[in-house]
Amino acid sequence: MTIVDFTPVSALTGGAMIGLGAAGLWWLLGRLAGVSNILGAAVVGGETDSGWRFAFLGGLLAAGLIAMLAFPASVHFRLEAGYGQVILAGLLVGLGTQLGSGCTSGHGICGVSRLSLRSIVATLAFMAAGFIAVYTVRHLL
Amino acid sequence: MNRSLVAFFCGLLFGAGLLVSQMSNPAKVIGFLDITGNWDPSLALVMAGAVGVFSLLYRLALRRQAPLFERQFALPAKTTLDFPLLAGALIFGAGWGLGGFCPAPAIVGSAFGEPRVWAFVAAMLAGILFVRFGLRRTLS
Repeated sequence: MTIVDFTPVSALTGGAMIGLGAAGLWWLLGRLAGVSNILGAAVVGGETDSGWRFAFLGGLLAAGLIAMLAFPASVHFRLEAGYGQVILAGLLVGLGTQLGSGCTSGHGICGVSRLSLRSIVATLAFMAAGFIAVYTVRHLL
Repeated sequence: MNRSLVAFFCGLLFGAGLLVSQMSNPAKVIGFLDITGNWDPSLALVMAGAVGVFSLLYRLALRRQAPLFERQFALPAKTTLDFPLLAGALIFGAGWGLGGFCPAPAIVGSAFGEPRVWAFVAAMLAGILFVRFGLRRTLS
């Protein structure tokens, strides 16, 4: 193992911003920023009031749009996977997050912060599966 | 209206954090998950920063009777471990490692103009609909 590309300052700063965004949603609307659950409830409907869900998701998209328009040079983005791989990945992410009731934000950030047993177990499980998936794709195949 | 505006700005800040920390860069995510190769530990600090801030503010908020624009705080109903939680987390993690995207960064990344991100999001929505409309009902 060699340590490469370590960017501690932007990682901590960005992480704190993510935590602040989640805290804002909690303080103001009393909702946890679990993005897969917000997305799932928004697209399926049936909830009495999904306006705030669409607004939150719109805020995420707007962050990307503003960054691309205002400072495209500072947007770091590299995707190596081809169509087949991203489609399989997307399917697994969609299935897994709904079955497991959460993703990196809902379990990894909010749930771990709340010391929820379900979220701690889920976070350990998805991290382990992520390590194994990358090991398989990068070093075995 | 107020509530939607609030949610929009929280999403904007959350998304900006994903961009600054490069959670929205699949190569960075995969660099973190590649622990046996050339390892980039940055995302551990993203998590530390986010959990550090949220765990403090989460608890401070609970000292109040209610959130500012709602009558009560909403917490997940389930508190015990079950099979769908573990299976779902493993499936999600496999997809996260395979593509380098989890849901929020994929939404942010939809703005980058790369068709493969749209393909990821479309497949993710298909997976979400499949579980929400079929599988979950069968299992429960």
